[in-house]
Amino acid sequence: MEALLNKESLYIPHLEGQPDMLRCEEIRKVYPTPKGDYVVLDDLHLSIRKGEFVSIIGHSGCGKSTLLTMIAGLNDITAGHINVDQKAISGAGPDRAVVFQSPSLLPWLTALQNVMIGVKQVFPHASKAEKLEICKYYLDKVGLGNDFNKKATSLSQGMQQRVGIARAFALKPKILLLDEPFGMLDSLTRGELQDVLLEIWQKEKITAVAITHDVDESIFLADRVIMMTSGPYAKIGDELVIPFERPRVRKEVLEHPEYYDYRAYLMDFLNHK
Amino acid sequence: MKDKTIKSMRFMGLGFLEPLFKTISGEEPKKNLSIFIKKSLFPLASIFIFILFWHLGATALFNKEADARIEKARTEQGEEAAIAMAECIASGDISCQPNTLPSPKQVYQAYLALWKDHLQIAEKKDEFEEKVSKTNAERQKQGLAPITYTGRPSFLDQIGTSLKTVAAGFLLALFVAVPIGIIIGLSEVLRNSFNWLIQILKPVSPVVWLLLVFMIVKTVITDPNMDKSFIISFISVGLCAMWATLVNTSMGVANVDKDYMNVSKVLKLSIGKQIFKIILPASFPLIFTGLRITVSVAWMVLIAIELLAQSPGLGSFVWEEFQNGASDSNAKIIVAMFVIGIIGFLLDRIMLTVQNFMTFNKA
Repeated sequence: MEALLNKESLYIPHLEGQPDMLRCEEIRKVYPTPKGDYVVLDDLHLSIRKGEFVSIIGHSGCGKSTLLTMIAGLNDITAGHINVDQKAISGAGPDRAVVFQSPSLLPWLTALQNVMIGVKQVFPHASKAEKLEICKYYLDKVGLGNDFNKKATSLSQGMQQRVGIARAFALKPKILLLDEPFGMLDSLTRGELQDVLLEIWQKEKITAVAITHDVDESIFLADRVIMMTSGPYAKIGDELVIPFERPRVRKEVLEHPEYYDYRAYLMDFLNHK
Repeated sequence: MKDKTIKSMRFMGLGFLEPLFKTISGEEPKKNLSIFIKKSLFPLASIFIFILFWHLGATALFNKEADARIEKARTEQGEEAAIAMAECIASGDISCQPNTLPSPKQVYQAYLALWKDHLQIAEKKDEFEEKVSKTNAERQKQGLAPITYTGRPSFLDQIGTSLKTVAAGFLLALFVAVPIGIIIGLSEVLRNSFNWLIQILKPVSPVVWLLLVFMIVKTVITDPNMDKSFIISFISVGLCAMWATLVNTSMGVANVDKDYMNVSKVLKLSIGKQIFKIILPASFPLIFTGLRITVSVAWMVLIAIELLAQSPGLGSFVWEEFQNGASDSNAKIIVAMFVIGIIGFLLDRIMLTVQNFMTFNKA
């Protein structure tokens, strides 16, 4: 098992020679409270290569969502730098698309309109037909081919999150940020959506960061699982490269002889650190 | 088809007819009939009980007043006068009828009288229009204003005027309160700085607003041809009624779901798009609740304001009848009371329908 977990020996073909897409350096996040400052994250370093799928796992409240919202630009950094594609970020932007935990669709719009509002922002000069085509392409990919014009509120949670995924991919972002995207779904739907997500990701090869506290999900999705220590002063405790072949099929991953070694390693980290 | 009918009935606030509809169409007739009885017949029964109590109360008051009159005649003019008075009251002569709370029957008669009066006036108006149509056509050619009917307005005309005033006041409130509410809602600084002013002005009585508006309009409008009393009353109605919309709009805009704001940040929407695509639709539910309150407040204060502003309408109708003191004045006031109540109820229903139509249901 130890040999497997030796990072140096692992080789992920699709990341060969890729530059860094995301670099986080000396990230520190402090929330002032009446009892004094609460340091959520301290001296956190993270770099992710172009086309890499990384999942971040850790206990609730360890600051993983904070880290993600900071990368998204929705939350200020107390100290440190975040560079995307060699440029420091300033505020939020469609180059870092977010799939939120709650679908966060605009309930007064249809599925198509929810995707369209983003597409219009990112491709302002495209013709109407082109924009429509982009929206329909991604909605079709997530399995909403027949429900373009349904109101967001009339869709089930799982369906809404599918629209959320389509909306994020349709932005053609540099980085896709997923904040516990399937946390509110039942396990069957969660599995379906993981498949949907990986299927589109396989085509687009967008750098992706997914927050999760589901060990199996983190292994199934990612090239690399990053484990965060519990807060306060949370940082990256360990990381694990998952070299399973892509495109991944759930059954094959689960039956892989080393699957349970990886799983045990992650569980061990979560239970002891 | 059936589901569609039921859905649109619910939408219009006629949901109470749903079980009856289902009974007729043969869907679980027993269960739905009992629901219909509970939901619709019992309320009807309550109205009958109300009318019964009203009738009994009015009769008791009538008898008390009649006794007092007879007693008064006896002490002042002796036994003979008392008997004459009692006979006079029993004969139903208008000159000696006790003046008190009218009975349901009297109110219904007053309603019929008002309706007849309206028909007569409408007829007169038509006659007048016919007579002057030639002259008016000529006057129009010469560029003169047409001759208009200036006779006494009927009860229905008064209702029309009142509705017009409320509509104008409501539109004023809408176009003042919603934009200000949005601006205040967007900025915490503005919200804090205007909050105390709003809190102080909100509870001010309609009468005071009316006087304030009167002071200003009197100075600003000097053209004698303009309908000053209408302008004063609709502005006052608007001012009284706009606060609910103002407060609700600013609250709705200030408390847009954080998720939606995050979406707009990630998409980097421009400020204009942020307002029109995210903030406004997200606050529609609260804005429309505010507008609904505004309509009902507007209708409520309208009567008081018309009464004071000498502006024609239901308010002045009530006041004139009260001053008039004719035998059926009291009954006419009560007719007006019911008309005011029913119109207020209908306005509220209309607003509810608009509200349902304009707002999304949160999943």
